[in-house]
Amino acid sequence: MTGYILKRLLSAIPVLLGITVIVFLIMALIPGDPALAILGSYATPENVAKLNRDLGLDAPLVTRYFIWLGNMLQGDFGQSFALNRPVLDEVLERFGATLLLAGVSFVLCAVLGIAAGVVSAARQFGLADKAITFVVLLGISIPSFFLGMMMILIFAVDLRWFPVSGMKMAYGGGGFADVANHLVMPALALSVVATGVVARLSRGAMLEVLRQDYIRTARAKGVSEGRVIWGHALRSAMVSIIPVLGIQAGFVLSGAVYIEMVFQWPGVGRMLVDAILKRDILLVQGGVVFVAACYVLFNIAVDVAQSLLDPRIKT
Amino acid sequence: MSQFLTLLLRNRLAAAGGVVLLIVLALALLTPVLPLANPDATDTANRFQPVLSAGHLLGTDHLGRDQLSRLLWGTRLSLAVGIAAAVFAASIGAAIGIIAGYFGGRTDNLIMRGVDMLMAFPYILLALAIVAALGPGLVNALIAVAAVNVPFFARNIRGVTVGLAHKEFIDAARLAGLGHTRIIFSEILPNVVPVIVIAMSTTIGWMILETAGLSFLGLGSQPPQADLGSMLGEARGALITHPLTSVVPGAMILVIVMGINLLGDGVRDALDPRLRSGALARPMAATRVARRAPVPQNEDAGAVLALQGLETQFHVKDRVYKAVGGVSLQVKPGECLGLIGESGSGKSVTALSVMGLVASPPGVITAGAARYDGADLIGAPYETLRHLRGNRIAYIFQDPQATLHPLYRVGDQLVEAIRSHRPLSKSEAWARAVELLKQVRIPNPESRATSFPHEMSGGMRQRVGIAMAMANNPDVIIADEPTTALDVTVQAQILSLLNELRRERGLAIVFITHDFGVVAQLCDRVAVMYAGRIVEQGPTEAVLAAPAHPYTRRLIACVPELGEGRRKLEAIPGLPPAVDRLDPGCAFAPRCLKAQAVCKQGDIALAEEGARVVRCLFPETDIRLEQSV
Repeated sequence: MTGYILKRLLSAIPVLLGITVIVFLIMALIPGDPALAILGSYATPENVAKLNRDLGLDAPLVTRYFIWLGNMLQGDFGQSFALNRPVLDEVLERFGATLLLAGVSFVLCAVLGIAAGVVSAARQFGLADKAITFVVLLGISIPSFFLGMMMILIFAVDLRWFPVSGMKMAYGGGGFADVANHLVMPALALSVVATGVVARLSRGAMLEVLRQDYIRTARAKGVSEGRVIWGHALRSAMVSIIPVLGIQAGFVLSGAVYIEMVFQWPGVGRMLVDAILKRDILLVQGGVVFVAACYVLFNIAVDVAQSLLDPRIKT
Repeated sequence: MSQFLTLLLRNRLAAAGGVVLLIVLALALLTPVLPLANPDATDTANRFQPVLSAGHLLGTDHLGRDQLSRLLWGTRLSLAVGIAAAVFAASIGAAIGIIAGYFGGRTDNLIMRGVDMLMAFPYILLALAIVAALGPGLVNALIAVAAVNVPFFARNIRGVTVGLAHKEFIDAARLAGLGHTRIIFSEILPNVVPVIVIAMSTTIGWMILETAGLSFLGLGSQPPQADLGSMLGEARGALITHPLTSVVPGAMILVIVMGINLLGDGVRDALDPRLRSGALARPMAATRVARRAPVPQNEDAGAVLALQGLETQFHVKDRVYKAVGGVSLQVKPGECLGLIGESGSGKSVTALSVMGLVASPPGVITAGAARYDGADLIGAPYETLRHLRGNRIAYIFQDPQATLHPLYRVGDQLVEAIRSHRPLSKSEAWARAVELLKQVRIPNPESRATSFPHEMSGGMRQRVGIAMAMANNPDVIIADEPTTALDVTVQAQILSLLNELRRERGLAIVFITHDFGVVAQLCDRVAVMYAGRIVEQGPTEAVLAAPAHPYTRRLIACVPELGEGRRKLEAIPGLPPAVDRLDPGCAFAPRCLKAQAVCKQGDIALAEEGARVVRCLFPETDIRLEQSV
């Protein structure tokens, strides 16, 4: 098993490099001279030339890439000009809040989605199945940011159950109860679409598995129906559900940007949008590379979980 | 095509989604000619007018602009951008996919590596990076959303193209000297287009959502131009004081995306033949019972298991397949009954009906009784059935590769069989499981118990299947072609193992097979099934020596005999009848050499004489004469 994990980690290296190349190339697309954008009204030709030299922008593309990569490997993601602080510091400070939000949403979408899918499949064509199918359809059709806004109207403004916004975790405030209280609505709003996707897929996977001969064998043994569904069938269905969970993890991680805007959540997503609007390119670059790299590592964990579940996978 | 449309329209939800979409599309197209206010004309004196206020059907927004007009213009823009993004993503993705799939080799490798890299990004993050580079703006948002969806299309289309690239008609085109471009456009593309359309129908909703999302963040359409997303984004500031301005565009996005999803699901269902036939229905815990005749009286006192007039049907759409059409059988303790017939004769369905294991839907038991120790099991409560399953009546199935759970260790599967019926601790049950594996002569049972099914040979797996059936010392074992998937030497071992267990423990065995050779080795009596009915039954030796039914005779003739090269091995001409439209009379008549007109007129009763029965008007052997000899 350790060997397998090491192998997967090694295979992640080209992917991580690929990600840096893609991000670098996208940023190289920037029309015009970034120095002009940064300097604004101070853009005299001398200043532009000097800044380009300072930023290393006068070197050829390939050289610039390797300088950038080398710096990142040493933990230097550059300096955010809008915030005037190191990119990595800002990203790390914000990432905790995003990870909390996305993590809770991910757990919600996995647990609720799988449960809904299993119940739906076990009661195929029944009332529960129809109700779940309808709710799921609604869930995957509603924009998460609109859902978040409606939740604010209903649960924060009308019912006053939860605060509208104001998470201060990233700024070092708020105890557990405060954080949890602030987390309920954003986490739910963020998880709804992913829950719907997972529920749909789980239903399909369960229907596929329930027709298999080994399910009939389990029933012929006299295994209780509960164990047949939640044990034998779900165990097999998980083999096709887990990869989709991996994709959904990426979805909640990046979809958090909308929810962070709606609920004023101090995470990476909001930071990225602000940075884009301020043309703070190094901050965008660093943030994207950092989050994408985390996602690649998470997907390795997903693969490892898959290999633990399915003994037929060669480790 | 018309069949496809009928199917689509029969799906009421999909049709509703389609209608809603058509209305929205029509409104969007007609927007420029509708008598609407200027969507960008501000009127700060009339801010936040309510619904149905003078001149403003949906009220006004924070700048006093007419909401209805803005909604329709915004819808028009959102739809246009979403559809454009889908078309771009689909065409570029399809082009990449076709090139990778068609040329294969290094080209394919290189392209797909790149695609994998793009897919390693969390979806929206990549779109953000692209917008960051190009700058905020609706066209840039469109490019970003299209770009992040390209890998999805490329991968799908490549898969389809790889399948096509090795088909004969492509090879033929190559041999005919057509160039690559020609082949791609005339042979590949037409076959790939339907896949592209389906993929688009499932993703276009996403793309509308994503472009709306980018606009919502302020990275898409810039004021005064507004799509639905940016309307929502602008309204957010007044969410709490004036929720209406948020609800209007948000609800519109929801309606559009939901309509697309409903329609997309309908399209997919209508195109997927498996869903069409209802084959994806999952079997319930026990077969459905809907008896249309009174339960027969209990007759056989000595039998441990007795079937009386059992009828099992498959109801698929408007068709009724009479898989089992009134079967009566019995087995006594210690007896082995062979149930023989061709594939599709209904022998497995008969066996599975006993414990309610016929997949349902579509299976329905429509008549008869299955008595274990005199008590009828058909329609018995689920808990009663569950208690007997694997405990008193156990099954051994044909293909142990498919019938053992692939993800559980065989020891655990045995433990579960034991603990479903006996209150043993896990370690006690494990010890018993190892003991069972030893009884079925699996070498190193202690270590084998920790193996997974895929780590064992076919013969070993079938021994595990037998051990599992023996786990609770049942009274009856129903073995459904347990040796068919095995080679001859292993088959002989398994048969002698079953025979031993029967003699040692007084087991009753129902042995289902299509092979008279196996019946001769193991069974005391044999019942021959054809088209869902018993056509002959009797002691194995008597039936083998002098078959009465022409079908039995032909079946026996199918078995090659060692050392007797002179006898001609005869296949039975023709096929068994389809059981959804059985003609009256003898079902075998169309294939029978002795058939007369009278054979096809009305039901033929079972003639009974001592231990033998036959359902034939012109039997090969007169069983009455045979009895008197």
